[in-house]
Amino acid sequence: MTETTRTAPAKVPGTAPPPSRTPAGGEGRRGVRVLRRLTPWFFLAVPLLLLVTFTYVPVGNMIYYSFTDWDGVSPDRRFTGVDNYEQIFTRPELFRVFFVSFYYLAASAVQIVIALYFATVLSFDLRCRNLFKGILFFPYLINGVAIGFVFLYFFQDGGTLDSVLSWFGAGSGHAWLGDPSSANTSLAGVSVWRFTGLNFVLFLGAIQSIPAELYEAAQLDGATRWQQFRHIIAPGIRPVVSLSVILAVSGSLSVFEIPYIMTGGATGTTTFVIQTVKLAFQFNKTGLASAAAVVLLLIILLITWIQRRLVPDEKVDLV
Amino acid sequence: MGKTKTLTGALLTTAILTVAGCGGGGTASTETAKAPADPADASGTIKVLTARTDLVQNGTMARYADEFNKTYPKVKVKFEALTDYEGEVKIRMNTEDYGDVLMIPAAVAKNDYPKFFAPLGTDADLSATYRFSDKTDVGGKVYGIAQFGTANGFLYNKAVWKKAGITRWPATPQEFLTDLKAVKAKTDALPYYTNFKDGWPLTAWTNNIGSATCDAKANDKLAGAVSPWKRGGELNTIDTLLYDIVKGGLSEKDPSTTNWEASKGLIAQGKVATMQLGSWAVTQMQDAAEKAGTDPGDIGFMPFPVQKGGKYCAVLASDYQQAVNIHSSHKAAARAWIDWFTQKSGYSAKEGAVPVLKSAPMPSTLKDFVDNDVTFMERSEAKTGEVNTIDNAAEIGLNKPDYRQKLVDLARGAQHGSLDDYLADLDKRWNEAARTAGS
Repeated sequence: MTETTRTAPAKVPGTAPPPSRTPAGGEGRRGVRVLRRLTPWFFLAVPLLLLVTFTYVPVGNMIYYSFTDWDGVSPDRRFTGVDNYEQIFTRPELFRVFFVSFYYLAASAVQIVIALYFATVLSFDLRCRNLFKGILFFPYLINGVAIGFVFLYFFQDGGTLDSVLSWFGAGSGHAWLGDPSSANTSLAGVSVWRFTGLNFVLFLGAIQSIPAELYEAAQLDGATRWQQFRHIIAPGIRPVVSLSVILAVSGSLSVFEIPYIMTGGATGTTTFVIQTVKLAFQFNKTGLASAAAVVLLLIILLITWIQRRLVPDEKVDLV
Repeated sequence: MGKTKTLTGALLTTAILTVAGCGGGGTASTETAKAPADPADASGTIKVLTARTDLVQNGTMARYADEFNKTYPKVKVKFEALTDYEGEVKIRMNTEDYGDVLMIPAAVAKNDYPKFFAPLGTDADLSATYRFSDKTDVGGKVYGIAQFGTANGFLYNKAVWKKAGITRWPATPQEFLTDLKAVKAKTDALPYYTNFKDGWPLTAWTNNIGSATCDAKANDKLAGAVSPWKRGGELNTIDTLLYDIVKGGLSEKDPSTTNWEASKGLIAQGKVATMQLGSWAVTQMQDAAEKAGTDPGDIGFMPFPVQKGGKYCAVLASDYQQAVNIHSSHKAAARAWIDWFTQKSGYSAKEGAVPVLKSAPMPSTLKDFVDNDVTFMERSEAKTGEVNTIDNAAEIGLNKPDYRQKLVDLARGAQHGSLDDYLADLDKRWNEAARTAGS
């Protein structure tokens, strides 16, 4: 967004004729020039307005609330300074929920590997290739709420998972969502099922943008599939992989939908966002919840920044 | 550099907009919303917010409105049903557009009522006619009239309990547990169903405060650093009973996948023997029994297993309170609707709930209570505001499922810890919050 707003007006003077050559019609010319300068802004006005209204104003409001003790309804609110932030950093139980994110972090590693594997395999010629692509991408198209309900039946005592296991003689009777570790693992599993498709499509797109001659040349040189992956595909899709990792980390820290719908945060499955929602809407501590949201935002920005530092965005040049 | 500038600019704009956008809260008249003496004087279109999406969709509410129009021909009543009532209304209350008649969301602090709702009269006047009027009493003025009330207790399948050889209601928590064990041993039914996953049915346990010691003022006594979970305290008795039920393996094996809608059918078919709920649920279970082809007469309701002087006590708690929006331009019509709906519509009788009108008889759903001479006590709400403030500050949530879900988790061993430690911790949080919130 900022990139366009910055570069677009700069190009305009270059195309406009220099003013010194036409001293006669100065007035009209200046009008035209101003108009030309303004033109890109006319186009940008609507998206910018939307961006400010729906992103910056709410964020600004949130930051403002985070310094108050607002309960979310009352017309009065008191300015309490950094009290909310102090609470977040001095009450260990508010931070402990971040441990739950490790389940999802581990799951996203699995997810990226699976997506990468299938993207690679399906980028080669294969029977029913498009069918498999569809099957892999399909879960991402389903509404998250629906997925939550479907998997609730799946994990139920005597539900789908238990019946499938019993076909293999492994009738478990285990309450999948019943104790903290298996509950979190199950929920993270659902998240893998849901989001693999997205990673897969990103990877597939990147892989297909690699020129086909490279594979041909590699095959002529007798490179194996693994060598092709190692030396052509992996470096070729590096920017997309690093993007996926950033998305995976920020996603793991801010997991909400699946655990909220499936367990409501019971049995140790509360994530940071669920906790924030509960603070705001159950205990009417909108101020504290806003501060928690700001902290989460800062953490995600920080992690992204560190990641960009560690893995700089190199220009990929295969040819 | 350019990027920084853009960002600063955006943040600055945001800050300005934020400050400008938060004016709000204009002054509104605080005169009492009175129904006109002559029904023909009330006019205008009023919007009624309700959580009963089912009744709006199947036209029941529209029929009430038609009935209302026979007395008040010039008033047009429109309904707006909200699925997530609490969440949506709470947000809308930041504007002036929250209907003409609405149910007061739990999120609104009691002391804020005068800023949002028109007063309906003095407590001295209204308490003669209505139950529960003290719940919305701020400075002697009442801001809401309850839709109906409920008695709390245990819903049970009479046939199953009979099959287990139990013929009379348990009189102590210990006896209750023994009875549940008998149900487990002698029938195929699950003795108790927690509704853990949906969570809110667990909050109904809190409504037994008062029943456990036969004290209508029990809820008020929670205001302050009083260690509500101390031994012998109301909440200790209530939560220990739930803990013992789960610990004794008398509830479902996997509570994390329970299902409220399905539970109605389960109890109707005798697959579940007992559930803790309000008396409002009786009619729903009877409907479920009819659908399942079993006898609706099997659905019974029993009081909390504690007696005082050989008699059971049942606390009556009020449901949502109906109020008039202070910004409404048709306050008289709105008040007329509230009065008519509470007194003449027959709504609470149809729902099998305790009527708000003191003169009206108890519903048929509570016939067993009346026959067995159960003492009905109207819960005193004088200090509910303070209790809620402490509850929120402590982040415990007496009327939220979370802390009881943890209790159930502890009881079934899904989380580590002992009941005593947990209750002691709750006491500690409550007392600390009471000290800081009270200051």
